[in-house]
Amino acid sequence: MIEIKNIEKSFGENKVLKNVNMTFKKGQTNLIIGESGSGKTTLIKILIGLYKNYSGKVLFDGSNVSEMNKKELKKLRQDIGMLFQGGALYDYMSVEENIIFPLSLFTDKSEKEKMERVNFCLERVNLKGKNNLMPSELSGGMKKRVAIARAIVMQPKYLFCDEPNSGLDPKTAILIDDLIMEITKEYNITTIVNTHDMNSVMQIGDNISFIHKGEMWWKGNKEELIVSNNEELTNFVFASKLFKRLKK
Amino acid sequence: MQKLLKHIGQYFLMMRKVMSVPEKWSVFNKQLILELEKIGLNSIGIVLFISFFVGGVVSIQTALNLQNPLLPKYLIGLASRDSLILEFSPTMISLILAGKVGSSIASEIGSMRVSEQIDALEIMGVNSASFLILPKIIASLFFFPLLVILSMGIGMIGAWVGGLSVNVTTSDFMYGLRYEFIPFFVNYAIIKTLAFAFIVSSLSSYFGYYTNGGAVAVGKSSTEAVVYSSIIILVFNFILTKIILA
Repeated sequence: MIEIKNIEKSFGENKVLKNVNMTFKKGQTNLIIGESGSGKTTLIKILIGLYKNYSGKVLFDGSNVSEMNKKELKKLRQDIGMLFQGGALYDYMSVEENIIFPLSLFTDKSEKEKMERVNFCLERVNLKGKNNLMPSELSGGMKKRVAIARAIVMQPKYLFCDEPNSGLDPKTAILIDDLIMEITKEYNITTIVNTHDMNSVMQIGDNISFIHKGEMWWKGNKEELIVSNNEELTNFVFASKLFKRLKK
Repeated sequence: MQKLLKHIGQYFLMMRKVMSVPEKWSVFNKQLILELEKIGLNSIGIVLFISFFVGGVVSIQTALNLQNPLLPKYLIGLASRDSLILEFSPTMISLILAGKVGSSIASEIGSMRVSEQIDALEIMGVNSASFLILPKIIASLFFFPLLVILSMGIGMIGAWVGGLSVNVTTSDFMYGLRYEFIPFFVNYAIIKTLAFAFIVSSLSSYFGYYTNGGAVAVGKSSTEAVVYSSIIILVFNFILTKIILA
């Protein structure tokens, strides 16, 4: 479980996050939704440790990140898997090399054991046999799946996904959503997805937090979201005519 | 001035991160071999090509300037040797490598920054500066001097061919090459080259590492890497020459 308490973050005069409190539960896909510029990317960057100057607390299973020493922080990072918006695959490495990379760096597994793990992860994301392809030879959806395989290769306790569906066609987007949800349940990990794709929200939203103008505005699950009367949330979620009709 | 101080401070902070023990030597060695290939082996062709032709031109121009019958022909070999060893090979080749290697380093690291590959390394708990930059600096420090020595050799072959084309006999040219040779000049060239290798690799890495934006920013970083590396090479060329030779 991850908890954030009273998080505040400013860039110069601009206060991007204002007293944000959230809880992300284990074994659930926790969604952070909000308009562009609402502060959700800043929040996820604080959670994964890319931004260090903020006030408040980030607790991973009760341990405060800002009080951790170097060794504890390094251990925590190995428990984190991250799926970036563009995949962030190392483009000079093949699919196999990308996935094996964290194992080579942080484990003492034999080559055989590492390969077994890589092949298992590739099979899990339905990319069996694509070991030797280079990132430039992959489609957008395949890149995301390789990135998921790399994110789970170390058997993380926490999985972060930043806009996992951006740039994907609706069918591939659903495949990625389903994969994230299945992995979350299967390995009982705490997954946090940063998105503004409403299909994702309805597909995988176990626990949804809505950020508006840097503040935590609403939280609930997908069923509660449909019947919510919160004006800002409704305006955001049911922005299109189709969704408005569906809500009615 | 404030901006310059900020850059200098940021550069030294980055270098402090770079100079740390690698996470795992086997992974570091693999990365180093890749860099040796990219920075060193892939530059051999251009260094050989440029050195041969510049060597040829140096000897032809020297011959044209030494047409007085009182001046012995072997001076062409001597002048070509000294210009190649003292200035052309260490300085000009380093400037050429600042263009080739420097822009490649800055654009590679810059692209990794804008496509979040560096963030991905950091999240894994990898010291991205050390992982990406240290092998490039070591590969440059190892290969630049080798390329410069190669350039001296090929430049002299080019000078000999150029000399033949303006009727300088092989024996005159060879006598000039050996005449009052001071081996310390080669040491001086290598010392300069080591300094230039460090400047090119670390400065280009700096501009790439702090790229902020998209494709345009990567292009800008690449250009800045070449421009600033070249300027600092020329400044250090003056300083090192004054310290070592004067």
